[in-house]
Amino acid sequence: MPLSLQLALAACGVSLLAACSPLILRGHTMQRIALSLLLAMAGLLAMSAGFSGLISGGGSITLPFGLPWLPLHAELDALGAFFMLVIGSLLFPVAVYSHGYFRNEQRITPLLVFMPLFALGMMGVVLAGDALAFMLFWELMSVSSYFLVTHEHQHLENRKAGFIYLLMAHMAGLLILGSFATLYAAAGSFEFAVMREASIEPFWASAAFLLAAFGFGTKAGVIPLHGWLPDAHPVAPSNVSALMSGIMLKVAVFGFIRVVWDLMGPGDFQWWWCALILAAGSSSAVGGVLLALQQHDLKRLLAYHSVENIGIILIGIGLAMLLAHFGHPMLAALGLIAGLYHTINHAIFKGLLFMGAGAVLHSTGTRDMESMGGLIHRMPVTAVFFLVAAISISALPPFNGFVSEWLTFQTALMAPQMGGALLMAIVPFSAAMLALAGALAAACFVKVFGVVFLGHARSKMAAQAQEVDGWMQAGMAIPAIFCLLLGVLPVLFIPLIDAVPQMLLHVSLADSVHAHGWLWLTPVSASQASYSSPLALTGMIIIGGLVFWWLHPKGRVIRRSRMWSCGNPHVNARMQYNATGFSQPLRRIFWGVLQPDEHVHVERRFHKLLTTKVRYTVHVGDLAVKHLYQPIGRLTLSIARWLNTQHQYGIHTNLTWTFVTVILLLALFA
Amino acid sequence: MSVMASISVQLFQAVLLVLIAPLAAGFVSTCKARLQNRRGAGVLQPWRDLRKLFAKEVVMAEHASWIFRFAPYIVFTATMMAASVVPALMVDTPLSLTADVIALVALLALARFFLALAGMDIGTAFGGMGASREMTFSALAEPAMLMSIFVLSLGAHSTNLTTMINHTLNTPVMMQPSIAFALAAMVMIAMAENGRIPIDNPNTHLELTMIHEAMLLEYSGRHLALMEWASQIKLILFATLLVDLFVPWGIAAHADPGGVVLACVFWLFKLAVLFVLLALAETGMAKLRLFEVPEYLSAAFVLAFLGLITHYMLEVAV
Repeated sequence: MPLSLQLALAACGVSLLAACSPLILRGHTMQRIALSLLLAMAGLLAMSAGFSGLISGGGSITLPFGLPWLPLHAELDALGAFFMLVIGSLLFPVAVYSHGYFRNEQRITPLLVFMPLFALGMMGVVLAGDALAFMLFWELMSVSSYFLVTHEHQHLENRKAGFIYLLMAHMAGLLILGSFATLYAAAGSFEFAVMREASIEPFWASAAFLLAAFGFGTKAGVIPLHGWLPDAHPVAPSNVSALMSGIMLKVAVFGFIRVVWDLMGPGDFQWWWCALILAAGSSSAVGGVLLALQQHDLKRLLAYHSVENIGIILIGIGLAMLLAHFGHPMLAALGLIAGLYHTINHAIFKGLLFMGAGAVLHSTGTRDMESMGGLIHRMPVTAVFFLVAAISISALPPFNGFVSEWLTFQTALMAPQMGGALLMAIVPFSAAMLALAGALAAACFVKVFGVVFLGHARSKMAAQAQEVDGWMQAGMAIPAIFCLLLGVLPVLFIPLIDAVPQMLLHVSLADSVHAHGWLWLTPVSASQASYSSPLALTGMIIIGGLVFWWLHPKGRVIRRSRMWSCGNPHVNARMQYNATGFSQPLRRIFWGVLQPDEHVHVERRFHKLLTTKVRYTVHVGDLAVKHLYQPIGRLTLSIARWLNTQHQYGIHTNLTWTFVTVILLLALFA
Repeated sequence: MSVMASISVQLFQAVLLVLIAPLAAGFVSTCKARLQNRRGAGVLQPWRDLRKLFAKEVVMAEHASWIFRFAPYIVFTATMMAASVVPALMVDTPLSLTADVIALVALLALARFFLALAGMDIGTAFGGMGASREMTFSALAEPAMLMSIFVLSLGAHSTNLTTMINHTLNTPVMMQPSIAFALAAMVMIAMAENGRIPIDNPNTHLELTMIHEAMLLEYSGRHLALMEWASQIKLILFATLLVDLFVPWGIAAHADPGGVVLACVFWLFKLAVLFVLLALAETGMAKLRLFEVPEYLSAAFVLAFLGLITHYMLEVAV
């Protein structure tokens, strides 16, 4: 058995051990130490499994357990190794962070059991070598995360969010099962190795693709299948939200790539598959960020950003599918690398953002941005890490988000003439949507950072906030460093990811990417596009340093004074722009898309010009919930109600129904 | 030898761009003054303003954080970095490989990100208002700008400015409809991004619809000077970008002194023409109402997108 697979199985074993630890260990501190230590170990093992799998290749074994006639298989290939790396690189910092985060948690035992099981489920999905193992671990992942979402089940909204999550996770599971069933019918075996070799007819391939796209799309939170996501992420403990948003959504992306790229392969692609994925990616990217901008619950906002980033990942993968379908494997490899690079980037910076949000929640006791403000003075370390993540997610240099969006843009721009006019229009359209989403994300994170960390405190809680402890700070420091490293040295990292397109497309980009040395990122050739993050960063440090040094001779102190208030002596914290105010122009511009529910209530006394009070309320609902989920829910309820009345008609009706059913069955099968 | 020469041209160009930026701003306002029958303060006035601001004491609000203090340096640095990437005098400068057009747009976005954060830092209504509007409008302007650049990069099969300029130089001049769309969109975006009329008025400090100046209200002394200088650099950067992308003729291909001096003359002449046109436009137009700005920007976006579609439909297919 190769080393990488040993390491990966060890990571799973350590997670299982962590889940069993509450049986032996008693006492809050002991349990907390065990959880953090074992999860951190699992994270490190997963990371090293990922690295060694990408560098030296993996292997597969038949596991000693499973049904006698249906053994389970474990397999680690380049794709799985990459996702092991993604899982490990967030699991490790989250484990460190959890040690501080759970210090004041009263009921720690359920978290101790379900967090490691959740991690085990995700690693199991990535390692699965057959459909049975895949589904088993997939369900383990869904169910254990359900218990994590409903951890604070004393609140009604949490139970509700958990129920919707469970419902949609099982719908997704059912669709994925259908997809595997279709593939099984063609291959005659549950083993992935056999499914890969089997050929499948175009009709059934399309069926399997649609089932997989909708199933994994639901789990990944693609618009309009994202209904569970903005409810479930905010109510889970923040470190769990970090794992769910950072890795679990990526496991869904993994599943999609596994089924569509690996088990079926580029030969089976049809042009409308690619168009569907591109359209879904574009609409998720823009829709997610537009809805995120209108939130004032910090974690809900971050949850909508996950929808956006999944959209960006899908744009990369969709472009790759399109290019692979039309026979441009090199460019397809570039698109795939762009999508995968964004996958690991998003895992890291979204994990960091959720950890930062958790730190803020920990200190202020609220998720409502309207009662925060000025936290940069009281939580300076958290503020720095949150800022790093905010710059990264806004796709600004020199951090990592920019690199992956840059690669996606390059893929879209280099796409040659393919297919018909409609198909050709969708490529620049998705590039345009990517640009729009990136710019809106920057606006959104100016809002988040400005309202939460800058300005004056808007509530007593925010004014008395305390910096979080060293463990939580360390947990945030690690992904912040990753953000910078992945942003500055992409050329060293891309050859690692390159193993995935080598496996799926049998071409390698490694030579052209660093043809000009480690300084220059050149996707195809230097004359077409190049970006040198280390040089840009060095240049900026030199220029900035020179200017600062030149302008700061000794003895020039800065005088502090009151802020300028236009001569008004009574300035208070409520006069600042808040989250709702900040996004008002965008709400107005995208009125038609968002359809906000706005009310202005004016109180007047004595005369219509003497206004005493103005109250403005706005609620931006999710249109998908309003126009898709609720009608389906109502339809289900009315069918149930109809059945209910049928049940109560007495023996005659029941006998009639039985008779009709028997006749029908006879007609069908006789 | 040639490496040294090109590095020195690069340095010369970057320094020239930065030093000439206040003059350009002065030139525009002098032109505007003449067009409005005023004498104006003279071309050198922005330089005098900057000198005075650099000498003045810095006053900062009591609870301003390090963001407010360091934002001017970050904004200035990012803008200057972006400016040194744009080839003004010579193609194939050493730094032009460092960042392509997408990275250039992203560097400007980085500057804007910190500018808006600095606006939010003090906690005044003005700062927040400016930040909110700036980020809103730039969120619409940035994709339009990228789209119009993409029209050109699709033709040149590259996002590197050097390659794009060479492509334009080496293709026979003929009217391509996609380039006309891209030019129109780019001009509209350049006006918006630099806060000129009809989007924002660079000369006012107290007007309810102001955007850029609202974020700078709390700044003073050298911090204000850096912010002002950065926005002047941004103006000349956009002008140079327009020149590079659409009328690059005259730019030097190698680092020989004669060619560079000639390129410098060509460049200054083209800038002067552009700025006179800008002054004319600003004098002739009124500022748009705030909520007409999104329509203006979406028009630019649609134009650029039409350019892309035209390129695919008419120019590639043939």
